[in-house]
Amino acid sequence: MRTETDDIIQSSDEHPGELPESLAPDEHPTVLPPEFAVNKRRGQWAEVWRRLRKNRTAMFGLAVVLLIVFTAIFADVIAPYSYRTQNLDRIAEAPGRDHLLGTDDLGRDILSRIIFGARVSLQVGFIAVSISIVLGGTLGAIAGYYGGRIDNVIMRIMDVLLAIPSILLAIAIVSAFGGGIVNVMIAVGISYIPVYARIVKASFISIKEQEFIEAARAVGARDGRIIVRHILPNSLAPIIVQGTLGVATAILSAAGLSFIGLGIQPPTPEWGAMLSSGRHLIRSAWHVATFPGLAIMLTIFALNLLGDGLRDALDPRLKQ
Amino acid sequence: MAERLLEIENLRVEYHTDDGVVTAVDNLKLHLNKGQTLGLVGETGAGKTTTALSIMRLVPAPPGRIVSGTVRFRDEDLLKKRIDDIKKIRGNKISMIFQDPMTSLNPVLTIGFQIEEAVMLHQGLDRKAARRRAAEMLRLVGIPAEREGDYPHEFSGGMRQRVGIAMALSCNPELLIADEPTTALDVTIQAQVLELMKRLREQFSTSMLLITHDLGVVAEVCDHVAIMYAGTIVEYADVTTLFTNPRHPYTRGLFGSIPSLDEEVTRLKPITGLMPDPTALPSGCRFHPRCPMAGEICSSRIPQVTELDNDHSVHCMIYEGLVPGYEE
Repeated sequence: MRTETDDIIQSSDEHPGELPESLAPDEHPTVLPPEFAVNKRRGQWAEVWRRLRKNRTAMFGLAVVLLIVFTAIFADVIAPYSYRTQNLDRIAEAPGRDHLLGTDDLGRDILSRIIFGARVSLQVGFIAVSISIVLGGTLGAIAGYYGGRIDNVIMRIMDVLLAIPSILLAIAIVSAFGGGIVNVMIAVGISYIPVYARIVKASFISIKEQEFIEAARAVGARDGRIIVRHILPNSLAPIIVQGTLGVATAILSAAGLSFIGLGIQPPTPEWGAMLSSGRHLIRSAWHVATFPGLAIMLTIFALNLLGDGLRDALDPRLKQ
Repeated sequence: MAERLLEIENLRVEYHTDDGVVTAVDNLKLHLNKGQTLGLVGETGAGKTTTALSIMRLVPAPPGRIVSGTVRFRDEDLLKKRIDDIKKIRGNKISMIFQDPMTSLNPVLTIGFQIEEAVMLHQGLDRKAARRRAAEMLRLVGIPAEREGDYPHEFSGGMRQRVGIAMALSCNPELLIADEPTTALDVTIQAQVLELMKRLREQFSTSMLLITHDLGVVAEVCDHVAIMYAGTIVEYADVTTLFTNPRHPYTRGLFGSIPSLDEEVTRLKPITGLMPDPTALPSGCRFHPRCPMAGEICSSRIPQVTELDNDHSVHCMIYEGLVPGYEE
């Protein structure tokens, strides 16, 4: 009997609803009679997952994103060639049997470079967004929670950052500190800080006025605890949506930086850099620039579909 | 004479808004004895909630500001304490039940966590002991302990208010402030929740400040009653005295507006007029524009307290002998 109960709870543990692991209500592993177990942990995130699953385009986006992530992780296994092996006998060869997507101006296999490039792009995208969410989110949380003068100081600095076009800001940072993948991530991350600061601030302002925050104060909780445990979980929805869309933007920015030669340096395969190196061949060998471009497009497209789907799924007003 | 647990004197709270300064509470005097329940009765906007928030030092500032007064809780003035010390009292010695159980629980946290939080903050219990305590509290308010992992949206309004009660009582507070705890509930659920609060209050020997505008609730639960009008107390008495022998014209008006069950009534008898605009309170006695007994002096002089007899006091010029009173 006991094991049966455990089994059911176990299986509900693996419910696909557990989107972000750390957010799921896993902290209360209560042993319950089986009839309770089915309904257990049907938390907010399970509900979101259920709604997201109904959205076909979002699921398509998710599938593509997962496929790209998978490709990036197992690039060593999947890629038919090394991304840096040059074959000067077969320069700018059109797509064929040996090289499915052809070769570039140095005779490197484009498919392999795109596959390895996924690593770079995803890394840059996710880490840059993490940087801007952590920094921007913290600043926004402080501004929104305390308000007043602190809010003014922080948000005016954000306004200054916003006034500079983000790509220009990134260019400035990269040209000051040099190219390379780390600097690109930092540059792109910093240039999107204001976006997250604003989003987090806006949702903090509306949530801190709610009665349950007053209740948390009445229980004697301190500011830090209220911010992290009580307000933050309530403002995750807009952050997640913006973050998903933000990964797409960050990938695009990084590609842009690489395109103008300021980003990731060769021979590291980066989609933007590949696009750039193929552009002078566009008349004679269209595939050199086209396939990296398609890779960028597909990734951004999938992330945007997923982001839009998440926005809908996380909107409680659409709850049926 | 019973021991005083809470004594508020001379409290004045203002809200500085764009439309001017609103004096939400003025010259408020109130006391609550240990082990007893005091009902704070008044219309919406009379300053009941502000009074409660002042005790907890939770008046939102800005725009709110406690201008003057003392809030003596067990011989300590809460208004003079450092905010860090207040945080040790909140939820521990003094806790609060909120009006609307639909909004006073955090929607993304399990109810178990929300109860455990107060216990862990104040009692120094570890997670396991806190969970046991939460389960025990849930059982006390009549919710199966298995549901501690559920979220607020999985409960009905009455159940949520039970959770609120469990949270408030989890640290065994000396004073429980209940801000219209039954207003948002169905009448049948109201009775259940009141009964539960009454029972647990006795079990935990907690004193209670019950804020309400429902005189029926007062009759059921309270030992003493303070009637509040436009930011100040107009009459204070034990519950029997107040119901049998109300003195202030406002209190009489309140009772007069309750239709009797025994006679046929075609129209209700409301108190004429409306609550005054809080940015422009009337001079003198705050109630004089609506008072059927008002004399000339009422618009210029602020009434002083008159002690009638045993714990029955009233703020009205009639009892100071300045205005002709009721013929009885």
